[in-house]
Amino acid sequence: MSAVVTDTDTPAPTAPASGLRPVRRRRVRPGKILLSGLGLLLALVWVFPVYWMMNSALTPDAILGADTPNFFPVHFTLTNLSSVLTDSGFLNALGMSVMVTFLTIALVLAFAFLAALAISRWRFRGRTSFILAVLFIQMLPAEGLFIAQYQMMSSLGLLNQVIGISVLYVAMLVPFTVWMLRGFVAGVPIELEEAAMVDGLSRPKAFIRITFPLLAPGLIASGVYAFLQAWNEFTTALVILPAESAQTLPIWLRSFLSASANRGINWAEVMAASTLIAVPVIIFFLFVQGRMTSGLVSGAVKG
Amino acid sequence: MTTTTGASTASDGIAIRRRRKPATPYLLLIPAVAALLVGLGYPVYWQIVTSLQEFGLMQQFGAPPEFVGLDNYARIFTDTEVWSVVAKSIAFCLVNALLTVGIGLGLAVLMRSVHGWVRITMQITLLLAWATPLVAAVTVFRWLFDDRNGVVNWLFVQLGQENLDGYNWLGNVWTFFMVASFIVIWMSVPFVALSIYAGLTQVSEEVLEAARIDGAGSRQILWRIIMPLVRPVIAIVLLLQIIWDLRVFAQIRLLQDAGAPISETNLLGNYIYELGVGSQDFAGAAAVSLFVLVLTMVLSGPYVRYLMKEDAA
Repeated sequence: MSAVVTDTDTPAPTAPASGLRPVRRRRVRPGKILLSGLGLLLALVWVFPVYWMMNSALTPDAILGADTPNFFPVHFTLTNLSSVLTDSGFLNALGMSVMVTFLTIALVLAFAFLAALAISRWRFRGRTSFILAVLFIQMLPAEGLFIAQYQMMSSLGLLNQVIGISVLYVAMLVPFTVWMLRGFVAGVPIELEEAAMVDGLSRPKAFIRITFPLLAPGLIASGVYAFLQAWNEFTTALVILPAESAQTLPIWLRSFLSASANRGINWAEVMAASTLIAVPVIIFFLFVQGRMTSGLVSGAVKG
Repeated sequence: MTTTTGASTASDGIAIRRRRKPATPYLLLIPAVAALLVGLGYPVYWQIVTSLQEFGLMQQFGAPPEFVGLDNYARIFTDTEVWSVVAKSIAFCLVNALLTVGIGLGLAVLMRSVHGWVRITMQITLLLAWATPLVAAVTVFRWLFDDRNGVVNWLFVQLGQENLDGYNWLGNVWTFFMVASFIVIWMSVPFVALSIYAGLTQVSEEVLEAARIDGAGSRQILWRIIMPLVRPVIAIVLLLQIIWDLRVFAQIRLLQDAGAPISETNLLGNYIYELGVGSQDFAGAAAVSLFVLVLTMVLSGPYVRYLMKEDAA
């Protein structure tokens, strides 16, 4: 750690603080080059698993079995990807994932939006308790609930059903989404809406024409968050969707790997499947990541 | 927080509306509360009731359950296997949370001191790791650590460790948890590093400038000025990491598929799964589940208090 601090840099110097500083800055700094090298090495370590997944997905399985690994896709092929894309299990799971994810997003956004409106536009008895409950509930682990949820869905005949798993996902995602949207709603001043009403719009119209468009970025960010969670969820789906025909993509990937293991794992196809599941997630993730970090720890430093 | 106190601080228009329609906020909360009651409230209620009942074979065929008080808890928590699982879970959680925050802090500080393009490269690679879905990540790590053709074994052989040729990392309890830790740390460090880095950039330039004028060196500035200012961020991410690392069911379950000794590698979530889905001991599973829920609630207390302060601010 001590090597790190020797060359703390000073971003965007406005005025030289003393005569010594500018001279030091212009000097070639071996420390900084060393640290940059370390940074690049760590970046390489961190990206390697993702790179290796994609590289293996684009390499024939026979080549992956060779004694020396190929670090670049020199034997480039799309066969692995196309064989996964035509796998009936994959397509079935894709359909299931799409249905579950979109039903979840629609319900989560509707429910959380109304609740966020209530807590950011009104002060009412029970408001603080509701927020407190929401914040505690969002921390509850699926592992502490899934046996009971299994029993409940089993007695309702909703195991392996889109609606059954979606209800559980909605309950799981509503708390954080309420918390995230609350910030957006509070960010739109009520005066804007009232100004529109003074100009002759009714309250519902003023809300739809003025406030709602301003909330669009918040709704999109929350929608992407719900997408990521529902699309990737494994634990609850494993318990609530036991039938092979009802598998979502994460559950399908697990059984695809297990099935492959019986005849010597075809890692090229397994990596192609992982890549196909991961790529949409990575793309969507890059859209919301800033919002997610700030939602979790915003404003912790006000120095 | 009553209607009148809130209204007095706001403009007249809202005050009138509030007095006229005090029911509106409650109506708006109905769908969310209903979803929470169905999806989480009832299951928690069921667990409390079931954990106090005999839930054996007879009950599964429709016999009315018998109230047995705390018998299930006594049965479960006098079992040495449960305590071994609890101990393993807590150890795994603490080791991983501390390593994750330590590495994340190191990366954040490092990102401050490198060239701009290196920093951006680091941020992009961290984001890619963060974005990778859990199931895909575990699957890739199984491939990296594959005993026959995995890159890790190949690398060790190149480095002269011939005895690791064909080594089955997931077959031994210790190396199994080591691989699991690699996955957990690889996936969680990006959130920690980027959060702390965001905190570091919020430390205002005036404060640093003042310290420099007073003659503080870069080392002193880092430890005496910057670290105390970002301590709240570090505390929050450490707490979140501890809570999240208690719930590593999926990583463990997916790695166990590679043929690991299941009963020795189970952590709390996996133990509940085995107990409930595997052995159909729903009363016991409910008792352990409630233990996990209570533990999480206790740990979440400081985090919730911190967020409530944010809400009031």
